[in-house]
Order: sequence, then C-alpha cells, then structure tokens
Amino acid sequence: MDRLRSVIGDALEASHLAPGSDVWVRVRSDAWRQTGLALRDHLDMDYFCFLSAIDWMPSPYGRGEDDPTAEPTERDETIRQGYTGGSTRFQLLARVVSSAQHVGINIKADVPESMVMESWLPVYAGANWHEREAWEMFGISFAGHPDLRHLYLPTEFEGFPLRKDFPLLARMVKPWPGIVDVEPMPGGAGGDDEGGE
Amino acid sequence: MTMIDERRQLSYIAAQAADARVNVELETEGMTLNIGPQHPATHGTLRIIARLDGEQVVWAEPSAGYMHRGYEKLTEVRSFPQVTALINRIDWLGSFANEVPFILAAERLMEIEAPPRAQHIRTILFELSRIANVGLFLGDLGVQLGAITPVFLAFRDREYVLNLIEAATGGRFHPNFDRIGGLKDDLPKGWLEDTKGAMVKLRTFCDEIEDLLFGNEIFQSRTRGIGIIPKEIALQYGLSGANLRASGVDWDLRRDQSLPMAWNKADWKVWTHPDGDCFARCWVRLQEVRESTKIVEQLCDNVPAGPVMAKVPRIIKVPEGEAWVSTENPLGEMGYYVVSRGDTGPFRVKIRSASFNNISITPWLLKGVLVPDIITILASLYFILGDIDR
Repeated sequence: MDRLRSVIGDALEASHLAPGSDVWVRVRSDAWRQTGLALRDHLDMDYFCFLSAIDWMPSPYGRGEDDPTAEPTERDETIRQGYTGGSTRFQLLARVVSSAQHVGINIKADVPESMVMESWLPVYAGANWHEREAWEMFGISFAGHPDLRHLYLPTEFEGFPLRKDFPLLARMVKPWPGIVDVEPMPGGAGGDDEGGE
Repeated sequence: MTMIDERRQLSYIAAQAADARVNVELETEGMTLNIGPQHPATHGTLRIIARLDGEQVVWAEPSAGYMHRGYEKLTEVRSFPQVTALINRIDWLGSFANEVPFILAAERLMEIEAPPRAQHIRTILFELSRIANVGLFLGDLGVQLGAITPVFLAFRDREYVLNLIEAATGGRFHPNFDRIGGLKDDLPKGWLEDTKGAMVKLRTFCDEIEDLLFGNEIFQSRTRGIGIIPKEIALQYGLSGANLRASGVDWDLRRDQSLPMAWNKADWKVWTHPDGDCFARCWVRLQEVRESTKIVEQLCDNVPAGPVMAKVPRIIKVPEGEAWVSTENPLGEMGYYVVSRGDTGPFRVKIRSASFNNISITPWLLKGVLVPDIITILASLYFILGDIDR
C-alpha cells in the first residue's frame, strides 16, 4: 500500500483493508492507466484477473421477488458506494494479482459524467474483451481501445443491460411468484381449480 | 563485358520478370473461413472467423455470445441460495466446482465457516468434478485431432465419477448441493469405499490415455511446438489453470491461497511444463487428473466426523460488504466478486470465469498458424462455452 502510494502519489484516494482477505484501493479517474502501469511495473502485479464495473444505484424495479399482490414497499434509493467510497453512480472495478507473491489487489475508480475512461489495453493486453463487455453492459467507453464492438449482444442492440435502470423483461412479463407460492399446485389438495397453468 | 555475359544477364532479368508475372497471376485473394457456431470443436457455440492466406491464418477472431444468458443480471433478482442453481450452469461439466467460490464468498461476508466435515466433503466433490471435467477433455482432445478411441474411454470412465456425484448429491450434472454454511446432506453409506475404488479405475484410464494418445507419434507432431504461449503473454491475458501452468508459471490457487477447504490436508503436487505449447497444456491436464485422484483417495481416508451444516438462519440475509473469492476450477481461476447490501440477494455479482480470459488470447495466438492447428489450439486451450458466455 505504501509502495503504491509512493508510486502514484495523491492519485490514491481511498483504501480499505479487510484483514486476512483482501485489499481495495480507489484511485482518481484520470489516473486509471497510470495506476495500471504502476501496479504492473513497480508492484509486479503481472496477472490480469478481470475488469468490470458496478452500478451503485439501487434498481428502481426492486428485486422482483416480493409477493406481486402485496402493496409495493418504500425502496431505498440512495446511491451508496461500497468499500473505499466514491462519488459517482458508476465505478470501474479491476483486479490484478502478482503471480510470484500470490497477492491481489482490487482497484476502483469513479467514472465521470462523460462515461469515458482510459483504456488499460496498453497495460494489460487481456483487458480487451473485458472493456468491450463493460462498454456494452454499462455504456462506459474506453479512450484508446481500438475496437469497441459488441461482444455478447447483437450489433443493433440498444441499451446497457447491466445498468440497474435497465428492466429485466422476463420479470416484467411474468412476476416472480415470491416466497409465497401463489399458483395452486396442479391437482393439489385444497387449491381451487381455476388459475394456474 | 562480353556478348555472352550480357545475354545471360538479360535472360536472367527476363526470367525474373516472368516469375513475377506468374506470381501476380497466382496471388490469391484472402479467404474468410467460418468455423462454427456449430462445430464439435467449439464445446457449445463459439464461432471463429478466420481470414486465410492460403493455408495460413492472417487474422482470427472468436465471436462469442450465442449462448449469453445474462447471469450477472439474473443474480440481482434472486436470493443467495437461489443463485447456486444458476451458476451450476456456467461450466456444466464441472458444476459443483462453480458453486464453491460463490458460497465461500457469501460465507466470508456472513463471517461463518462450514464445519470441518462439510469442508472435507466439499473438497472431495470439487475434485470429483475436476476429474469428470478434465477426464472428458482428455478424450475429446483425441477426437479433435482425429483419434476416435479416447473419447469412448473417457465417456466410459467419466460415468464412474458421475455416478458417484449422483449418489452423493442426487444430480449428475447440476448437483446444486452446496449451501451457505455447509452441505445439503451427508454422504450415503459406503460412498467413500466406492469412491476409492473408482479412483483406481480413473488412474488406469489416465495410463490408457497416456499410452494411446500422448505416446502417439502423430499426436506429438500435431501438438508439439504448436500454439506456444510465453509466460509473460499468458499472465497479461489472465490465462489461468493448466494453460498458465503449461507456460511454466508455478501457481495453483488450491495450494497458494488459504480457504476453508481441505486441500492442504492431502499430499499432492502442482505440475508445470516449460514449453507452453499445445502438448504441454494437454500433458499438465493429464497429470492434474492423476493428482486429483490422489487427493480424493487421501481425503476419503480421513473424513472427520461431525455435522455437515453450520447454524445459519432460515432466511439468509448477507451483511453489507464486498468479497472476492476465487478457486482453482477445472478450467482455471473462477471467481465471484459479490457485493451485498444487507439484503436476501446479492446487489451485484461479477462472475470471473476462466474460459473468458483463456479464449480472449486467441486473436493473438491464432495469427500465423495453419488451418488444422486452429482446432488443435482451441482444443488444448480447453474452454466450455457456458464459461465464456455466462
């Protein structure tokens, strides 16, 4: 941690240490690539594990597992970032590991309003597909990435599925029955025969 | 300069010009070759688009997404115990191994630990799913290189393992057996003896495959020196598991990380290979199956007594926090980044699957290889499509 601070200086904004399990750091958005280079070159973090993003806004559709007949309850709609805090709705999340010392680190960075971050492609070649995935799932684009094309979704797909305000259509069409089994069992004892498929 | 020399020089120039003309006429346009989505070598539906110059690949790009199921989105509307039913289907050949890191991440957030007996049985089942998964790879490998026999042996002997998994969990492919805090059930009577017997059979299977395939001259000439991945490149792309160890990196998450599992209670070895070619990757996997059988045998001998389930509330609410847990799955490092906000379900789950990284190296690796080697390289990288697409 101290070595990271000495290399990237005040770009390191916050850190969190869970004893015995893991290390989290949050860096300034414009120092994203610089952090990657520092981790790779000065801390021997040569193994690229993954890169993704988190949307911290709670879903406006709820978790969809409540009883559909019940009145909708008040939902907590505050945006609350996890470990290491932050101030934006979207955060990038990556993990790199040192293959020699078997120590890993989770790096986070706020994604600014422009939704553009620096690409990690010159740092870790493996970031290519991960950035394409983050781009199509969250709409975060990466400056310096040569081909941000859809990876999983059809080319003409609109919207960013992993954003919390993207509805899960399967749940919209047919709500989850919830903890209470609202459909009577077919031929079950005591259930009325109408309803249920 | 004499007349003869001059004439010789002119004829040389003319011949060169003629050669050049012929070359221009014979120059072929690049051809685009589609492999898949429906191809036996794709373990699902991966499509490879390769641009060829003659027999050589100039550019290749895998196109994933034919089976994308959006698990990361689906986990957000499910409760923690329900998620295991989904993640069983990520790598469908080694399903039980998929459940373990997720359950461990949830347990870490809840600050509980499974009782020793459950940890032990988890480890045994984890290694059994590795044997089922990689054992099938060893047979499949032969088919993709044109040898039919190994796959029959693999399917025959994988059945022993699947029967064991079925006997213990009730499910052959999708056990859904792991619970937060332990396991659903204890082992049936006599299971440990049966398992030890099956492990002997599996080791015989490994010997058979080694004789049939690895000692085969054609197999060696088709895999040695093909698709070499240097250590630094492998690390940069985040290759893991046998693919990384075949490039000479001595790193196994079962050994190099402390998790509440029982791997450290057995005596086994991590195999590496310095070459980084297709042969090395296959060879390391063969050794891994052997080591797994040893782990299972040793663990079967000293399963501790006690309960298989810790005390957990009936409705599980996981405290707020974030956790990352990864394990050494049959395909490589599989990890879950779980974010919880104190609810019954996760807030966000990032699934880091091994094949996604393992396959993202192919545009780099396939450049310049010959067409038949595409299949060899894909076979040796060993991916399961559910593990790429999630």
